[in-house]
Amino acid sequence: MKYSPRAVHLGVIACHLCGLVCESVPDQGEPAHCPRCRSRLHRRRPDSIARGWAFLLAGLIAYIPANVLPVMYSSLFGHGSESTILHGVVEFWASGSFGIALVIFIASVGVPCTKFLVLGTLLFTAQRRSHWAMRERARLYRLIELIGYWSMLDVMVVAVVAALVKFQNLSVIEPRAGIFFFGLMVILTLLSAMSFDPRLIWDGEQDHASHA
Amino acid sequence: MKTYPYLIACEHCDTVYQRFAVTSGEVARCRRCSAVLYRASLLDVDRWLALTVAAAIAFVIANACPVIRISFHGLHNEATLWDATAALAHSPASPIAVVAALAIIVAPMLQIALLGWVLGLARAGRKAPGFAQAMRLLIQLRPWCMVEVCMLGTLVAVIKLSGFLQVLPGAGIWGMAVLMALLGLIANRDMRWLWELNEQRQGNEVSR
Repeated sequence: MKYSPRAVHLGVIACHLCGLVCESVPDQGEPAHCPRCRSRLHRRRPDSIARGWAFLLAGLIAYIPANVLPVMYSSLFGHGSESTILHGVVEFWASGSFGIALVIFIASVGVPCTKFLVLGTLLFTAQRRSHWAMRERARLYRLIELIGYWSMLDVMVVAVVAALVKFQNLSVIEPRAGIFFFGLMVILTLLSAMSFDPRLIWDGEQDHASHA
Repeated sequence: MKTYPYLIACEHCDTVYQRFAVTSGEVARCRRCSAVLYRASLLDVDRWLALTVAAAIAFVIANACPVIRISFHGLHNEATLWDATAALAHSPASPIAVVAALAIIVAPMLQIALLGWVLGLARAGRKAPGFAQAMRLLIQLRPWCMVEVCMLGTLVAVIKLSGFLQVLPGAGIWGMAVLMALLGLIANRDMRWLWELNEQRQGNEVSR
């Protein structure tokens, strides 16, 4: 199948923000700006791969304390206990709320782990300018963009529950440091996905074509 | 610098196409990577502005009214979205309160305010001062608005607590549900045609 030409071949740059297709002027030392929205013009997001890896690894590191440290302290009738994310899932499962246990498990374990694996794969293959499964990789990137922020679910649940259960001596629920690391992990992986430039997926194509 | 408004480059793979008109409900997709290039807008400026005003009302309800009330052995308590953010702020996890506030309060508020500004003046036939900055901020804010996640989080919290105390929905939860639906309609869409609308108008002014 014959594809339409890409921006590189036509000597144009599309503004990453407003989408206007501009003429690509040769580098004159100072960065070019989009005439319509005044944001910087660049072919690919700057340092896409390096930033992507940095945010992803930082997110992976933050995910460890997020799971090990307690996210919530609950004291009911003077009986206090701290619970981690997985502990919360097990509790729901044991009490018979399988649906809720599944929702929390997907948001706190499924989505982050998918993000780590997919972003790692995308960064690794883009770095090697691989031409393997480009269409599927493009689709994976869009999936990550779509599901990424749902991991914030745990943070929201803890915030709402802690805001409600505040009966001085009887019952108290308080957020604990684990939820900070969890939120941090979500932000870092969101930033990693935003730094990755999906156009890089297709840049291996022309190498392949020129070798063939 | 030369620009080519009649071209469009796929955001996901940089393939360049010539724009063509799409009718209502149609979607133009990239042949190479099958990402959406652009879609026909179902909303004109009037409807868009009307929904933005409705979203502003829903936003006020979602923020001013308690989202959930609980009662427990004759004791009552209720929480708004602001209380939820404050609960995070007064805890060992306090820095995450900033992100939560951005995601559920600041981002939707700015989106609604900026859209109201841009669309309101567009309807009046004037270019909004700071149009470019407003549009840039609108596009950059999109990934940080997490009202739907907060909605699901609140529902999970209801179920979590209903095991040992009485939980009642407050007016805020309905406000939030409406806000979520309206934000999906007004903010998660292709806003780039507003640039074109704006440029057309400028062109007309010059030719007059």
